[in-house]
Amino acid sequence: MTQSLTPGRVFRLTLLSLGALMFLAPYIFMVSTAGKDQSEIFSASLSLIPQHFAYVANFTKALTRVSMQNLLLNGVIVCGLILVLQVVVAVPCAYAMAKLKFGAARFMMALVMLGLLVPIHATALPLYVAFDKLSLLNSYTALVAPFSISVFGIFLFLQFFRAMPDDLIHAARLDGMSEAGIVARVIVPNAWPAVTAFAIFSVVAHWNDLFWPLIVVTNQSYATPPLGLLFFRAAEAGDDYGALMAATLIITLPLVVAFLLAQKRFVEGITMTGLKG
Amino acid sequence: MAEVALPFSASETAGRREAQIAWLLASPAILLMLLFIVLPTIAVIVLGFTDFELGYGSFRFVGLENYAELISDRTFRRSLWNTTVYTAIVTPVSIVLGLGIALLIEAEPRGRDFFRTVYFLPVASLLVAMATVWQYLFHPSIGPLNTFLAVFGILGPNWLGASSTVVYGLSIIGIWQSVGFNMVLFLAGLTAIPRELYSAAEVDGVKSSIDRFRLVTWPMLGPTTLFVTTISVINSVKVFETVKTLTEGGPNKASEMLLFTIYQEGFVFLRVGYASAMTVVFLAILVVLMILQYRFLDRQVHYT
Repeated sequence: MTQSLTPGRVFRLTLLSLGALMFLAPYIFMVSTAGKDQSEIFSASLSLIPQHFAYVANFTKALTRVSMQNLLLNGVIVCGLILVLQVVVAVPCAYAMAKLKFGAARFMMALVMLGLLVPIHATALPLYVAFDKLSLLNSYTALVAPFSISVFGIFLFLQFFRAMPDDLIHAARLDGMSEAGIVARVIVPNAWPAVTAFAIFSVVAHWNDLFWPLIVVTNQSYATPPLGLLFFRAAEAGDDYGALMAATLIITLPLVVAFLLAQKRFVEGITMTGLKG
Repeated sequence: MAEVALPFSASETAGRREAQIAWLLASPAILLMLLFIVLPTIAVIVLGFTDFELGYGSFRFVGLENYAELISDRTFRRSLWNTTVYTAIVTPVSIVLGLGIALLIEAEPRGRDFFRTVYFLPVASLLVAMATVWQYLFHPSIGPLNTFLAVFGILGPNWLGASSTVVYGLSIIGIWQSVGFNMVLFLAGLTAIPRELYSAAEVDGVKSSIDRFRLVTWPMLGPTTLFVTTISVINSVKVFETVKTLTEGGPNKASEMLLFTIYQEGFVFLRVGYASAMTVVFLAILVVLMILQYRFLDRQVHYT
């Protein structure tokens, strides 16, 4: 660094570091407590390093009481299916709205705006009744179907496609490409930054979602990570913090690692999409 | 809408073909929007006028009875009030902290990526899991927070277990979780401010950093701030995960929040009609927030 440490900079760095410590505190205590045994936790000491390392015992408990592998697998399946469906449905629609002459464009825009306003919490009751009538509760279908349409995705891709030069599409048309071919071979490759941003937004939102899985899933074998953790808490009667912290560690880790590996893309994705949950 | 200038776009058949293709490409999306957004929204409004309960075969229309019951329902009123208090705490604090941290990071060349990562980490973490960690931190007797306070001879409260503090406890978690998100949006807003404005201000005699913030940064951040505010309010009103995981609305309904009350009424007690009326109130709140945002956007904060 070429700049010298002025009092102002020292002050700023101190503030930022103190704040960072406070924001990291939950993670620090999570890792520390996951390695403590019951008696040490109840001695309420502030020491961060466990006296007797109980990591193995706590992680064994966490891994055996609720099938963590199953939870993480469910999370991957549900988020993966949702993302693929959302992109496959939203990209052609956004392309049609942005680049094709289309009588229903206004009507579509109204639908998208309505969709942006109405969250899953508002449509959950009728959807639940419908899934119940169709005997579809406790299934991947129930977990995935309501999110197969992402108006937010349509909105995001629409902005992106509008900024795309028309010449690109004309050239493809003159080459004799069909509209479906244009979407698959010209639009999607060029929309990659938007798709990545949307993917991050979508996966973070659905990996973390508790509300909808809680409603449609009562059977543990379909539980997603947040729901599984809730089941685990119920099974542990809440007070075995060592095992509980081990379980939270296992469940938090995948997304946090993904974030740390691709943090630039994450931040870009969230900024670009500007929305969550 | 987009102009398309095909070499043969004058031809009517080509135009009709284009519209057909457009319909074809958009039809899955339209169908799903009708099925999963429009129909359920209409259904929830209609159900709000019925006494529908899951498990009973028949239901009847009861007019405004559900809404009349809502007005005198103490749980629902408590829930609305708690949600308001929670929002009134979390929104301003997380905006001010988000902006403050963004300004500090922007001004400080060292450790930019590191600090951004740290403050953003809670946004990317599983909230249900981190709420469990917070429950431990907040534990009245063995929790690190109260143990820490005890070092200074302060007797910490039973954060999530006492009706007088539970909303504050949840608010702290809410703030911790949302500051990073606001910070990232403010950082994007700050980068978009043209550097020349600062030099121009300096030429005009704006010297202190406080004046620079007041005269250049703050006004230029107007659209970002409005956007951040709207999203923060909406996300606060939607608080659910922490309530469900940590308090179940307790103790003594002190942490009943809107979405949790709807969840409880509709999916636990299965009173779908009544819960639908609550949902309509929730939707109305969202609509009002949206309208307020557009009003503001039109009047106040357009510079470009």
